[in-house]
Amino acid sequence: MTDAQRPQTQGPQMQGPKTQGTGSQEREMPDTLLTVTHLRRHFGGRHALLRRERTIRAVEDVSLTLRVGETLGLVGESGCGKSTTGRMIVGLETPSGGTITFKGRDLTRLTPKDWQRQRRDVQMIFQNPQSALDPRLTIARQIREPLDLHDIGARAGRDEEVARLMQAVALPVELADRYPHQISGGQAQRVVIARALAMRPSLIVCDEPVSALDVSVQATVTDLLQDLQERLDIAYLFISHDLRVVKKLSHRVAVMYLGQIVEEGLTDPLYRQPLHPYTMALLAAIPDLSVAKGEPRARLVGDPPSPANPPSGCHFHTRCPYAQPRCSAEKPELRAVDDRRVRCHFAEDFRTAS
Amino acid sequence: MTGMTIAEPGEGKNTLLAVEDLTVGFRTARGYADVLHAVSFRVEQGRTTCVVGESGSGKSVTCQAILGLVPRNGRRTGGRILFAGMDLAAADEATLERIRGRGIGMVFQDPLGSLNPLHTVGAQLRETLRLHTDLSELQRQKRALDLLAMVGIPEPEQRLASYVHQFSGGMAQRIMIAMALACEPQLLIADEPTTALDVTIQAQILDLLNRLKAELGMAILFITHDLGVVAEMADTVVVMRHGRVVETGPAARVLSAPEAPYTQTLLAAMPRLDVAAPVYRQRSAR
Repeated sequence: MTDAQRPQTQGPQMQGPKTQGTGSQEREMPDTLLTVTHLRRHFGGRHALLRRERTIRAVEDVSLTLRVGETLGLVGESGCGKSTTGRMIVGLETPSGGTITFKGRDLTRLTPKDWQRQRRDVQMIFQNPQSALDPRLTIARQIREPLDLHDIGARAGRDEEVARLMQAVALPVELADRYPHQISGGQAQRVVIARALAMRPSLIVCDEPVSALDVSVQATVTDLLQDLQERLDIAYLFISHDLRVVKKLSHRVAVMYLGQIVEEGLTDPLYRQPLHPYTMALLAAIPDLSVAKGEPRARLVGDPPSPANPPSGCHFHTRCPYAQPRCSAEKPELRAVDDRRVRCHFAEDFRTAS
Repeated sequence: MTGMTIAEPGEGKNTLLAVEDLTVGFRTARGYADVLHAVSFRVEQGRTTCVVGESGSGKSVTCQAILGLVPRNGRRTGGRILFAGMDLAAADEATLERIRGRGIGMVFQDPLGSLNPLHTVGAQLRETLRLHTDLSELQRQKRALDLLAMVGIPEPEQRLASYVHQFSGGMAQRIMIAMALACEPQLLIADEPTTALDVTIQAQILDLLNRLKAELGMAILFITHDLGVVAEMADTVVVMRHGRVVETGPAARVLSAPEAPYTQTLLAAMPRLDVAAPVYRQRSAR
């Protein structure tokens, strides 16, 4: 963490780039890399003879923006649609609706051939690096493969490029001839990152990239991701259920619940004063070193509802401690509250209350 | 029965479990290797001891050894495991079986893998009670109902007739806890019981364990890799690395002023909520 990042703890209200806004509805700024609007992904719902399959609304309404070299943390619990959102952005999943504009192009209209080219610029890394690697290829071959596939750079220079990439992710040269099963989980994740970097992407969608790693290894991988961002201006969509890791890495955070973004804003203010009851509950649930033992904390009751049958009105009202009659009747929109976006009828009350 | 009652001169009055110089080795294709090296720690009555470590630290093998459940290619080669005055390391299988049911309850990470998919939850609870208690059939039915209510299962009467797959992960873990507590054990061993759960559900389960500990006066031996969970649960912490205890002491002290270099490294690597997030620096598009 550099000194330049320190002052922000003093002036949380001032740090929002006011001219720019954080909403997706704002004018597109020159440094905007990715704009996602009203993205939807439904599964099932086909008509069969005499009956209709249930529709799972995995992603119901997701709008977000990402700037060059920025990290947006996308958090939520299992089944909230955060991974599906990431998979649509890299083209592994076809949206049921909405737009994904990347560097001015709408990715949802790309032909498969265009996607092939586009893929270079948007890479993805996953939770389990071992399963993302080919067990029969050496480490050097894994990293070289995308260069060969996309025919990037002169053939003769590719071994050198592989060595350079390995160095960039701090993999010892000795590992070049090893196979995936001969290296550790942390090293495997570095190989995956090196392979993603080979395409010189401007965006990497990271889906729980450190969740399977031990904390000491986790820290080295997150440090590496930050370092690469500083040097290469890579933007990250960092998908995670771990709000502690997300805080360390993200400039902004979007919180998802049952397929919708319920709150989005700058990381520090959002953690300090969440304006959506679900964000509050999520933050209160994290076991953290900064929280004293036995400190009473608000807990959510019950399990999240099924995305096949989401509650009426506000999806969160069945578990919300502040729910009013209005909440089950009227769907809240994601709307601007100061420099935050919140999907709650009573967001202003929470702001003034605390 | 070979479990002997041993009067321990240095033993504190409130010590429920004392692991002393526990050494366990495994036979592998590449020869014999010790995975636990003289591991020692204590669990006090009614208190929570957290064993924390990264993968390969030996924390799970330690709890397997306490329960006499070390895999077949493993062997305890030294040390004692004193539970309520009895050396479990020297006890025969019949004694261990009795203790595992009645004296020590167990909860694991994967509740679905630990419960029988073919029997209703009620049948499994009644079976446990039939094996380990003298309760009549009617009393067992009543006790099974009480247990589900105690762990916070809504509509327990109806849920007794449900199968495990009909429960969510959090609810299945509650049932696992109900099974473990069926015979009112003095010690509950919980091996990463919340690792597979979402955070809001994890918080519910941790609260439940803390409430049950207070209500039933039992001790908890809690295995975890998450120092945040340690902060929320532990009275005493045992930090393990590579099969050795590197540091042990009161949780408040270990977490605020760790002595072992490894504990310091682990704490420093732990992401936490009170660290400032990075600030975006404007860049131009490439």
